[in-house]
Amino acid sequence: MNRIVPLLIIALTVLAFATLLLVAVPAMQIRSVEAPAGLEPYTEQEARGREHYVNLGCVYCHTQQPRDSSQAPDTQRGWGRASTPADYIYDSPHLLGTMRTGPDLLNVGARLPSRAWQLTHLYQPRAIVPSSLMPNFPYLFEEKDQAEEGDVVVKLPQKWAPENKVVVAKQAALDLVAYLLSLDRTYPPEQLHLRDHGYRRDESAAQFEGSGADREASL
Amino acid sequence: MNLTIGTLLAFSFAVSLIALAALIWAISRKQFQVTQKDAMSIFDNGKPGTFDDPSHPSGRLREATTLPLSPAVRRLLVLGFSTAVFWLLLGSVFGVIASYKMHLPDWLNQAAPLTFGRMRTMHLNLVIYGWLSLGGITTAIWLVPTLFKTPLRKAGMATLGVVLWNLGVAGGVIAIGSGWTDGMEWLEIPWQLDILLAVAGACLAIPLVVTAAHRQVEHIYVSAWYYMAGLVWFPSLFFLANLPSTHSGVQAATVNWWFAHNVLGLWLTPLGLGAAYYFIPKIIGKPIFSYRLSLLGFWALALFYSQVGIHHLIGGPVPTWLVTLSVVQSVMMVVPVLAVAINQHVLWLGNFWAMRESLPLRFIATGALMYTFASLQGSMEAVRAVNTVTHFTHYTVGHAHLGAYAFVALVLFGAVYYMMPRILNRPWPFPKLISVHFWLVFIGFAIYFIALTLGGWLQGLAMMDASRDWLESMELTIPYLQARSVGGTLMTLGHLLFAVNVYALFAGKQPATANAGNAIPATDLGAR
Repeated sequence: MNRIVPLLIIALTVLAFATLLLVAVPAMQIRSVEAPAGLEPYTEQEARGREHYVNLGCVYCHTQQPRDSSQAPDTQRGWGRASTPADYIYDSPHLLGTMRTGPDLLNVGARLPSRAWQLTHLYQPRAIVPSSLMPNFPYLFEEKDQAEEGDVVVKLPQKWAPENKVVVAKQAALDLVAYLLSLDRTYPPEQLHLRDHGYRRDESAAQFEGSGADREASL
Repeated sequence: MNLTIGTLLAFSFAVSLIALAALIWAISRKQFQVTQKDAMSIFDNGKPGTFDDPSHPSGRLREATTLPLSPAVRRLLVLGFSTAVFWLLLGSVFGVIASYKMHLPDWLNQAAPLTFGRMRTMHLNLVIYGWLSLGGITTAIWLVPTLFKTPLRKAGMATLGVVLWNLGVAGGVIAIGSGWTDGMEWLEIPWQLDILLAVAGACLAIPLVVTAAHRQVEHIYVSAWYYMAGLVWFPSLFFLANLPSTHSGVQAATVNWWFAHNVLGLWLTPLGLGAAYYFIPKIIGKPIFSYRLSLLGFWALALFYSQVGIHHLIGGPVPTWLVTLSVVQSVMMVVPVLAVAINQHVLWLGNFWAMRESLPLRFIATGALMYTFASLQGSMEAVRAVNTVTHFTHYTVGHAHLGAYAFVALVLFGAVYYMMPRILNRPWPFPKLISVHFWLVFIGFAIYFIALTLGGWLQGLAMMDASRDWLESMELTIPYLQARSVGGTLMTLGHLLFAVNVYALFAGKQPATANAGNAIPATDLGAR
């Protein structure tokens, strides 16, 4: 290799080839997906809550991609059916995640639908799960002598409640919980052939969307 | 759109035809005629045989291949390295804080910028863009002109590039800390600030390409292939991945991992390998084992590494063919890795005396060895049967640090220890600290890696076992996370010693005794 220009051109061609395969072709394939009937776009409040989820970095400990039951017991753990590209049609940025220091959250709204539970858990995770490694988020709440009208008071066990004060959720906490409760993909899966079926023994099951095996896998 | 097997077959047929045409062209134009003689081009007059380490007590600060540096270029190099080391220190502190927070979840949570999710992200962006990228580019600014035996062109533009790059990194980290983020892993810096980094990248790439065009040597040494290719790959990747509002949902996830893994494969790896391919033979004074093999290693890396990214989405909501493609290419990475391993390890293993003599070599050869380990581990980790356990666990974090830290950072440490005395004509003020630095980061990293690998594997097994409560998979990692904090603290202490040496050298401090005889008086600086 004694010439710079051919070196650079071939190097860029190789990258362009990879981009075609990893970006362009999947984009063409996935763009045909339409929004599932059971999935609503985020409301304004949920979208604000999602922004908090993003900027507080929840994605670094929580995935949003339950795996197929042929691979892992995600569905058995109550995290929902294996997800498909259609489930993420309103998601930007995507929050698929790469780490499960905490559980998967794609269906947390269906699994833990109580706003009060979610608020207590955000204020102090160890008030609910003593061994939890999740950070507490005190700055999403404020302590007041007395709750005012319209305040949402956080229910806390004696051990974690401040003395002679009440803990009230700030708007950010309410928005974040609204987002968490919106996470519910329990409708039937769509375009199931567009997800990874590499762990399925029975290839034919993957070919036909909505086949018996798929229904079993869904919640 | 349904992608049929037929379309894929037709496509791969067309690609093979183009590749064949390129091969015929390359052979007819004698592009593949590299010989072992070309491997000697890094030595004085092409004659190998002399041990060369400017940081060694008996080492020469200047030798025949040393290029005279103008004061402007010297200032540029000092600026690049001093800021890169600053980002390393800050990034390490954030990393250690994030590590402690993982097992002390109530510690230091009074405000949002302190939360784990932001600390971890500031750590990653600082060490990737601030330390490794800037340190790697600055190394290239010294190494590329040295290889081409011609002074750096457009030094002013490169200086502007370093300044803008630093502004981009600083702005990006402040943005992430205050909650302004693009939200995708490795792409968190807001695209508005990415413009700064993109302009900076161009200001750094152009001078090096122009310098290459003015080269005074016939043959382009293998290090320069890696640097030149990396310098066009990274800007393309960075630009395409950061275009705002082009992708959403799962599509954005494929772009995310196409980018993030290519930052490792087509940017940090070339920066690390380029340096290792120069410094290992240069310090030992003997050429690499088989120069022809390095050609295979380079092109195989380009071809296979560029397509591995989607192994981060194995078992996820993306098409099966796409995941399988990345798994196959990940396994194919064994080819370039073995080519590089044979070339580099045979040389330093066969000259082990040099490992004892030269601390820069000890850093760089260890780093090169870790590249082999990290890549082979990565190939195995991409295999579905293994990935199903390690995916979503701390095992992956250990692997990422084996590549980015034990390989690239270690090579950079060694490169800085070699280059700085030569650039400044001054020996290291605290030579004994270099060895302490090595052992601190070596032992610290061993603890770090073993803890996360074991803990992550057990975590994955527990997560896969439906009969065990999920909570067990988290609880069992705690002692391993504590061990990781110990390892990370030791590594950070090592970085502190590194910074003391670097900044004292820049400040003009001379060693107390030892090799003072070699020191050239400070007044001679720039006189060459």
